[in-house]
Amino acid sequence: MPEHIPPPTEERVAYLESLVAQARTAAAVFTQYTQEDVDRIVKSMVLAGLAQAQHLARLAVEETRLGVMEDKTIKNMVATEFVYNYVKDKRTVGIIREYPDSGLVEVAEPIGVIFSLTPITNPTSTVLFKCIMAIKTRNAVVFSPHPNAWRCCAEAVRIMYEAAIKHGAPEGVFTCVAEPTLSDNVYLMHHKDVRLVDATGGRGASKAAYSSGKPALGVGSGNTPVYLEKTADLDMAVVDIITSKTFDNGTICASEQTVVIDDEIYDVALRKFAELGVHICNQAETELLGHTVIDPVKGQMQPMAVGQKATDIARMIGLRVKPNTKLLIAPIEGVGREYPLSVEKLFPVLAVCRAHSVDQALKLCMDVNHLGGLGHTAVIFSHDDDIVRRFGEAINAGRIIVNSPGSIGALGGVYNDLVPTFSFGCGTGGGNSTMDNVNVYHYLNIKRVARRTPAHMWYRVPNQIYFNMNAVENLRNIPSRSTLIVTNPVLEQMGHVDIVRRAMPSETVVRVLAIPDAEPEVKVVMQGVETLNAYAVDQIVALGGGSVIDAAKIMKLKYEFPEADLEELAAPFLDIRKRVVRFPTDKTNHARLIAISTTSGTGSEVTPFAVLTDKVRGRKVTLADYSLSPDVAIVDPQFVMSMPKGLTADTGIDCLTHALEAAVSVYASPFTDANALQAIQLVFQYLPASYQNPRDEEARTMMHNAACIAALAFANASVGVNHALAHAFGARFGVAHGRANALMLPHVIAYNASVPTKFRPSPNQRAFTAHKKYAMIADLLGLGGQTIEEKVQNLIAATEHLLDQLAVPRSIADLGISREEFERAMPDLAKIAFDDPSWQSNPRMPLVSELVELFWSAYRGRSVSRQREEMEACV
Amino acid sequence: MTTNEIVQEALGKLDGGRGEVILDFSSVSRIDSSDLRALDSLAQTAQAKSVKLALYGVSVPIHKVLKLAKPGGTGFSLCGC
Repeated sequence: MPEHIPPPTEERVAYLESLVAQARTAAAVFTQYTQEDVDRIVKSMVLAGLAQAQHLARLAVEETRLGVMEDKTIKNMVATEFVYNYVKDKRTVGIIREYPDSGLVEVAEPIGVIFSLTPITNPTSTVLFKCIMAIKTRNAVVFSPHPNAWRCCAEAVRIMYEAAIKHGAPEGVFTCVAEPTLSDNVYLMHHKDVRLVDATGGRGASKAAYSSGKPALGVGSGNTPVYLEKTADLDMAVVDIITSKTFDNGTICASEQTVVIDDEIYDVALRKFAELGVHICNQAETELLGHTVIDPVKGQMQPMAVGQKATDIARMIGLRVKPNTKLLIAPIEGVGREYPLSVEKLFPVLAVCRAHSVDQALKLCMDVNHLGGLGHTAVIFSHDDDIVRRFGEAINAGRIIVNSPGSIGALGGVYNDLVPTFSFGCGTGGGNSTMDNVNVYHYLNIKRVARRTPAHMWYRVPNQIYFNMNAVENLRNIPSRSTLIVTNPVLEQMGHVDIVRRAMPSETVVRVLAIPDAEPEVKVVMQGVETLNAYAVDQIVALGGGSVIDAAKIMKLKYEFPEADLEELAAPFLDIRKRVVRFPTDKTNHARLIAISTTSGTGSEVTPFAVLTDKVRGRKVTLADYSLSPDVAIVDPQFVMSMPKGLTADTGIDCLTHALEAAVSVYASPFTDANALQAIQLVFQYLPASYQNPRDEEARTMMHNAACIAALAFANASVGVNHALAHAFGARFGVAHGRANALMLPHVIAYNASVPTKFRPSPNQRAFTAHKKYAMIADLLGLGGQTIEEKVQNLIAATEHLLDQLAVPRSIADLGISREEFERAMPDLAKIAFDDPSWQSNPRMPLVSELVELFWSAYRGRSVSRQREEMEACV
Repeated sequence: MTTNEIVQEALGKLDGGRGEVILDFSSVSRIDSSDLRALDSLAQTAQAKSVKLALYGVSVPIHKVLKLAKPGGTGFSLCGC
């Protein structure tokens, strides 16, 4: 309870408590009602309100001495008929909306007990409106009307309540505080069972509602600027403004307050106002008005003028006007505290101001808007769409009414399709929680039932893949006017380029660009783009290992999209479908990319990845997008027959790592599994032979196919933590990628097969299956074992045996890296590995401490299967 | 049985001075304000006689009403849910 407001007496507290208790019980009972129940009750209330519209209007005018009975009758009818028209088909009980495509369902939950303050200016219409909203949403309301309007409001509540009860509403659903006081309001606002404070009235009521600490709908006062622009239909505008400003003697807070008129039409506009019974004040009369109807100290309208007729106001201040005068117009020179009449005036006095340009008019309207009208309402009369747009952008108002009366236009449903309301949200500008026309949805908690959406998966591969010996001959059927072969000098010397050149159609002009055999640098790529442009190339043939193919991918990207920003395109992302940076689509040039791999490991000929080295900035840039995938892949083993043994081993292990990681990836699918499992089988079957006997054509062919097939899997399922570790370690110690993978692989299988310390949130992961997947692979390879654990161990043992056959180093220590050096590097290694996006598809989310453990396991390099045997022996 | 009939029957049993009275709500599909008042009154009487009240077989919608309206304060326990 604020200190300056005395608490209610004990007797009064008991009375207020009884009102809330009734409302609480009613709200509880109401939760059982169906949509049909509430719709039936609402209709009966609307009919009762319509029948009593004039009666309530008369009571309101008699009690408040504000406004016009005839207009208040119309307001009561709008509050019932128009509101009913809006709400009658709305679902407000149970499931109110369903979105099958996104798996979302919205369910209505009533608020409970609402404490509602209603204003003196629109007393009965506001009550009617809120009663209908409350029943439609199954809420109970304790009303506290303005103290000078409580009798007419209590009568409105009674009429609504009786109609509602007659048609089955719960007892006590509406109660109304008799002879309400500020103490009552403060007590009720803070009541534990009141769930929402809904305050319609002045700024004070709104502020008190928000200060209560309860969820609140506090809507408040305005100061509506009007721009009468020179293209407007002047006759219509003048009638609309008079209609609106005189409606209920200007008591609607959305009514026009200051009209800014273009100079070109200013005089004729005032003449038209005068012709329709408006008194145009001279300078002295304007000053008189400003000093009398506006409080000079507070700078606010005087209560004695609110809701009074123009003639009565004139009489009050000694201004002589014709007996039929309906509105007083006061020309002012500017807007602000020094121009008293530029503030809100809820009576038929309207300020007008001349503008000499559109900009000046907009600024004047903004000044009015900022003088107590932020977030409320603004009006423009114009047929210039651009000016209407500029007005809408400049003015901060929840309702920007175009070519219609402000007050009735803002109420909604009469002149436009705004939601009918008697409560105007003014947004944060007006200190409110909403800028909407308050409606049934503000009287509901809307629950959202979110079903797990099936992950949208994909399987994207190059359009054409040619494989087996002499597959390069397929180039003959691919037409090209100008082709650039991108390769490296060694392959050129080996005669591989000549083989490709001979396979091209005779009409194709073929040129060759030999680039260094290393991860491509920005400079090299840009030189390649220059060459592509110089020869107006329509086809690029990338002949080489991963580095050459990656370089060609990026050359093509920059050739087709010269504006592409490689740095930006390399921005990290969590989900490729939701990435912030999109690759460009509008091509400047067109070039087909044909990739011919000369190693059996990276699979770059079918993947959407490319790595670029930026030596200037000292960093690597990884690009990933399916637009990078080559258009055609040629998997011809003749280009790998002469691969040295070391390279055969390293690239073969890289291929196995791709397949194993894709198989257990959280993005694995039946499509990628088909590739991954096939590749694993091929590697175990053919890699030893390919390594031992380089001229074994079948083994070479199958390993070349395996590399491509594994790449098809990881191009769509990604890799895992093995690659994150290998990237960090390989870069730090200059170890070849495949060899680095080999050092980690047995340890990573063991790690992934054990229960994760932490699961990574991923809709793709329906269950933890990595250990089962490994066991399935063991079965596929015929490794034996009874339990999943045994099968996993057998897979690890088989992998270690394969590594032994390939004579690759089995520990980091074997590479000659000292323990101290490795320990010094560890913080960086762990950080870089954790930053690596590769692990994000890993079935087990690695903690940094676990990455450190894995690195040390790889350092020691003890056989994982041997360690287990030793442990079991100890047990 | 209606809620009112259940309450009347329970009131009779309160006089027996047993330690706990269980009200079978499994046939009650909807309750109104008067039912809640009756439950409230029953809870007060039971408390005066040191008898515990428990509701059995309460449907989900009625459970929600009871949670919101809290008849008898915390005088009821819900069992067999």
